[in-house]
Amino acid sequence: MANIPENLHYSKDHEWIKVDGGDMGTVGITDHAQHALGDVVYVELPKVGDKLAAHEVFGSVESVKAVSELYLPVAGEITEVNESLQDEPEKVNNDPYGEAWMIRVRITEPGAVDKLMTAVEYEDYTKAETE
Amino acid sequence: MRYIPNSPDERTEMLRAVGLNAPEELFDSIPADILLKNPLNIPGALSEMELLARFEEMAAKNAAARRPSFLGAGAYSHYSPTIIDSLLQRSEFFTAYTPYQPEVSQGTLQAIFEFQTMVCQLTGMEVANASMYDGSTSVAEAVLMAERVTRRRKVVVSPALHPEYLHVTQTYVSHAGIDLAQTGFDEATGRTTLDDASIDDHTAAIVVQSPNFYGCVEDLQALAERAHKAGALLIVAVTESASFGLLRSPGACGADIVVAEGQSLGVSVGFGGPYLGLFATREKYARQIPGRLVGVAADKEGRRGFVLTLATREQHIRREKATSNICTNEGLIALAATIYMTTMGRQGLQEVAMQCAQKAAYAARCISEIEGFSLPYAQTPRFNEFLVRAPVHADELLRRLASEHNITGGLALSRYAPERANDFLVCVTETNPRAEIDALVAALSPKSFKSPKSKVQSPKS
Repeated sequence: MANIPENLHYSKDHEWIKVDGGDMGTVGITDHAQHALGDVVYVELPKVGDKLAAHEVFGSVESVKAVSELYLPVAGEITEVNESLQDEPEKVNNDPYGEAWMIRVRITEPGAVDKLMTAVEYEDYTKAETE
Repeated sequence: MRYIPNSPDERTEMLRAVGLNAPEELFDSIPADILLKNPLNIPGALSEMELLARFEEMAAKNAAARRPSFLGAGAYSHYSPTIIDSLLQRSEFFTAYTPYQPEVSQGTLQAIFEFQTMVCQLTGMEVANASMYDGSTSVAEAVLMAERVTRRRKVVVSPALHPEYLHVTQTYVSHAGIDLAQTGFDEATGRTTLDDASIDDHTAAIVVQSPNFYGCVEDLQALAERAHKAGALLIVAVTESASFGLLRSPGACGADIVVAEGQSLGVSVGFGGPYLGLFATREKYARQIPGRLVGVAADKEGRRGFVLTLATREQHIRREKATSNICTNEGLIALAATIYMTTMGRQGLQEVAMQCAQKAAYAARCISEIEGFSLPYAQTPRFNEFLVRAPVHADELLRRLASEHNITGGLALSRYAPERANDFLVCVTETNPRAEIDALVAALSPKSFKSPKSKVQSPKS
């Protein structure tokens, strides 16, 4: 059973975003996503200062099976990237909601996160997707 | 004789299965007025002996194949040791197909790994792929890679890049949203120049060939510094891989991507192909390199093994988002180059390069002494190729050199640049003995032409 924390918002592309108060958000991929990908060997992240629209690609995650795009759940400007994933991509498998946070963004429209899925909705979504 | 593998009985059975009586009924949907009604107007079949005789007769008409040649400009005559063909044609190697199954492909994978290792040593880079189609497509792929690495969309290209390489690159990037612009060119030195206006913080890369199309060795270090100051990459293209044996490697000069035509490394000129693209870069860009990459790994018992690596970024897995849509690489030609490099060794490659450079220097000096002829970029360092300015139209001059003196004297540049009507490129390699160079020089001299009508005119000025 995948771990789906209550306090996060979820996208259909299997990213999570945590609103850190005000207009700042932290983004990563879900436990369900890391499980589907298998062993992650490389994470490619954007540059600080990049301004991206909602659903725009902000990077990619490479597992032994495939390379998958990472999509930004809401529009925003990248303020920080998790450099430690360069050397320790396995964190994505071990701690997808903690040490494997990927980027921090300044959210363009803070209300936009409310359109994303809640934990309960995401759980239903992943169940429907796997059925 | 037609090679149809199934028997008449089998064909009848297949026709019955689809409800037809005769094979012709398969074509019923084609309108009668466009169907061919008569047999094709071609000669009848020949026996194997007759066929061989016919081809030999046609081959004998190819006078150019036996003529001393000073053609270069992207295709170079070098000596290929006989070991190359005999090893290449071994059935274990004689397939260019991608070795997807490492457990049955260790020999092929090891050969590719050795190829990559030697390409890195030649170019002075850290990672090389398993080859590209040829030099020109390698330049195009390097431009696409620079866009992926820098996420910038402007690329400035030296006007002294081989014009055909530029055309191929234009075709590749025409739908990729990349703008190609030109650097400057110094007509006094034959070298690429860069002014501040042509490079900015939108520039993904500078593309420069060295030795360039006119044979001049570029100041790669200065260009690399200029590119890096703007956050751009320096892409160095090499058409004559024999030059690696003598010149400081592009990697040592600061290049970020080095691409080359590998034909010089034991592959025959062969009417333009199949050739071999070399592609090498810095390790930090390994994930953006196009095409196949072979790596060394260990199995669970710790034994060494070779495998395709970073394959998740390739077209058979990542489809339209792959780093390139190159599929099967030039495996067999890469193997030929591997055998060549191994056979020649460091010393052999240096020896070939030295002979090329020295013979070219001798030819250049002799030609520059002919009345009316000049070498516009004589003061710039070169390898084995140089630009000659004739007192007459070069195209006509070279035509007469072939017909009256049986020498292919070089490549007239009018086909690429109408304003260079009197210019031609001369290339000299280790395969041109001194007697051939002396014959070229004698033939170029104004007094060498037979009829007074065909005498080369001195310049009017």
